Amino acid sequence: MNLSLKTPGAIAPVVNLVRGENRREQVDILFRTFGLPLIGLVVFLMIWAGAAAKIETSLGQFPGPTQVWHQAEALYASHVAERDKAEAFYERQEQRIAERLADDPDYEPRIHDYPGKPTFFDQIITSLITVLSGFLIASVIAIPVGIVIGLSNKLYSAFNPIIQILKPVSPLAWLPLVTIVVSAVYVTDEPMFDKSFLVSMITVVLCSLWPTMINTAVGVNTVSSDLLNVSKVLRLGWVTHVIKIVLPSSIPMIFTGLRLSLGIAWMVLIAAEMLAQSPGLGKFVWDEFQNGSSNSLARIMVAVLAIGFIGFLLDRGMLALQRVVSWDKSAVLR
Amino acid sequence: MSESHLELSGVDIEFPTPKGPFKALDDINLRVDRGEFVSLIGHSGCGKSTVMNIVAGLHQATRGGVILDGREVDQPGPERAVVFQNHSLLPWLTVYQNVELAVKRVFRKTKNRREMREWIDHNLALVHMEHAAHKRPDEISGGMKQRVGIARALAMQPKVLLMDEPFGALDALTRAHLQDSLMDIQADLGNTVIMITHDVDEAVLLSDRIVMMTNGPAATVGEILSVDLPRPRDRLALADDPAYNHYRHEVLTFLYEKQKKVESAPATARPETNQTPPAAPEPARAATGEAGRKARETTA
Repeated sequence: MNLSLKTPGAIAPVVNLVRGENRREQVDILFRTFGLPLIGLVVFLMIWAGAAAKIETSLGQFPGPTQVWHQAEALYASHVAERDKAEAFYERQEQRIAERLADDPDYEPRIHDYPGKPTFFDQIITSLITVLSGFLIASVIAIPVGIVIGLSNKLYSAFNPIIQILKPVSPLAWLPLVTIVVSAVYVTDEPMFDKSFLVSMITVVLCSLWPTMINTAVGVNTVSSDLLNVSKVLRLGWVTHVIKIVLPSSIPMIFTGLRLSLGIAWMVLIAAEMLAQSPGLGKFVWDEFQNGSSNSLARIMVAVLAIGFIGFLLDRGMLALQRVVSWDKSAVLR
Repeated sequence: MSESHLELSGVDIEFPTPKGPFKALDDINLRVDRGEFVSLIGHSGCGKSTVMNIVAGLHQATRGGVILDGREVDQPGPERAVVFQNHSLLPWLTVYQNVELAVKRVFRKTKNRREMREWIDHNLALVHMEHAAHKRPDEISGGMKQRVGIARALAMQPKVLLMDEPFGALDALTRAHLQDSLMDIQADLGNTVIMITHDVDEAVLLSDRIVMMTNGPAATVGEILSVDLPRPRDRLALADDPAYNHYRHEVLTFLYEKQKKVESAPATARPETNQTPPAAPEPARAATGEAGRKARETTA
């Protein structure tokens, strides 16, 4: 079932139902599109609630759906409260600067950042920025390298073993190396980026390079020989050959790689943030774990669900991008 | 004509296999005049496509070579445009863009933007495809795709037009229609055409000469038949024409008596893996080779 972002498709049966066209069929479609997923969700929540009630931990009972929902609301409320506080803080600051300027026109104002703790939603934004920049850098490296490797059987044979060996390396193995290298190499007086940001981003790059690279290389390597012959007969130059023949025909494989990479990047990021103590969702989870209050487990569950949902949205985003870029609009993408 | 337009002389090709080199073609000799329509016919797996690939420059002959207008063929190029069996249009480009890709490549120095557009439109009009210029290949029928493939090849203004079973994948009605179109176009433009086919009627109807190939391995030119039917040719009128039926009979005799296909041979065997024992006894081949040479001399 293709539950994509195509709203018109999802609404169509409702419109048809209102119009009174084949009532039974439309109800059937609606049931399949919305009813069945809803039933699945309800069953899942029931199993969760039932199991949670039976698990007794050192931090109290394992949270069921209700507790998690309350914590989600609480997190949102604290986010709003924190925002209000920040706004008030900046307002006060501006006021003070204005007063001071009135007294002393030579005064050079300095704006202080709000010193409050980042909220759950701030952490989500940080994580998203980190994962997307890491993924972008990985793709910018992996796609051209994949194309070059895929075009030559010899290069492919030379590099394939290296890629295959580096591909399954866990982010937790890279992390210490990256941390130490970044501390040693990234020494400036005015750092543009936080070191913690760099560490987790580079770890994401190292882990999400490989699926895109391999899939691009395979896609490029398997361009139909008929199209290659067309290119040979036309004596297309290397650049035209790549742009007109190779890239369009390997778009599906490239996107398969990109989607795998983005999924891995998101998984890796959470682990890296936990271990490296760099800001983001992973740190949120770790902090709650260390905190050990009666609400911690429920909050971690909120984070778990948020991580899953964001991962899903990222994948759907890539799929939507593939629809835009792909020439084959009839292909079934899922 | 003292120097021939296109000449294949002593062409052998061997493919490396784990069991040692496999000789697919043995001593192919053929001279084609300007504006001539030559068909290559033979059983599947006999190396017809390999011959064409050598002329196209997609394969390199192991021994011997191909000379086109005094220059040796050593790589593919647009002056030997190919119409591929399965059209080979780029599916992500429209019909117009597919032809444009070829035109831009061939005429980028000699035609300006407007001239190129006119040339593309002209070639699409030749194959009656101007109405679908902005459709993509998956939106048009198989016969239409093949028309576009022909338009793309013609738009390169090739010295030789190579066609690899161009109508093989089409239904009989569409095929007949396209054959008529091809005859019209060839009458207009006077292209030199080498066409591979396994359809006897198609070969007799379209060709000036039919080159019949022996079975592989080590396939070679068996006989060459000159088809002296007046043009324009009309398929309905020719159906009862004794000369036409005589030519048809000649080709059929060659294919089904002299070069009877051994049934144990794997039908889909590639040249590289084809382990078929020699189908025809050696003396027969020598004789037909002799006949072929004679036939060629009479038309040259």
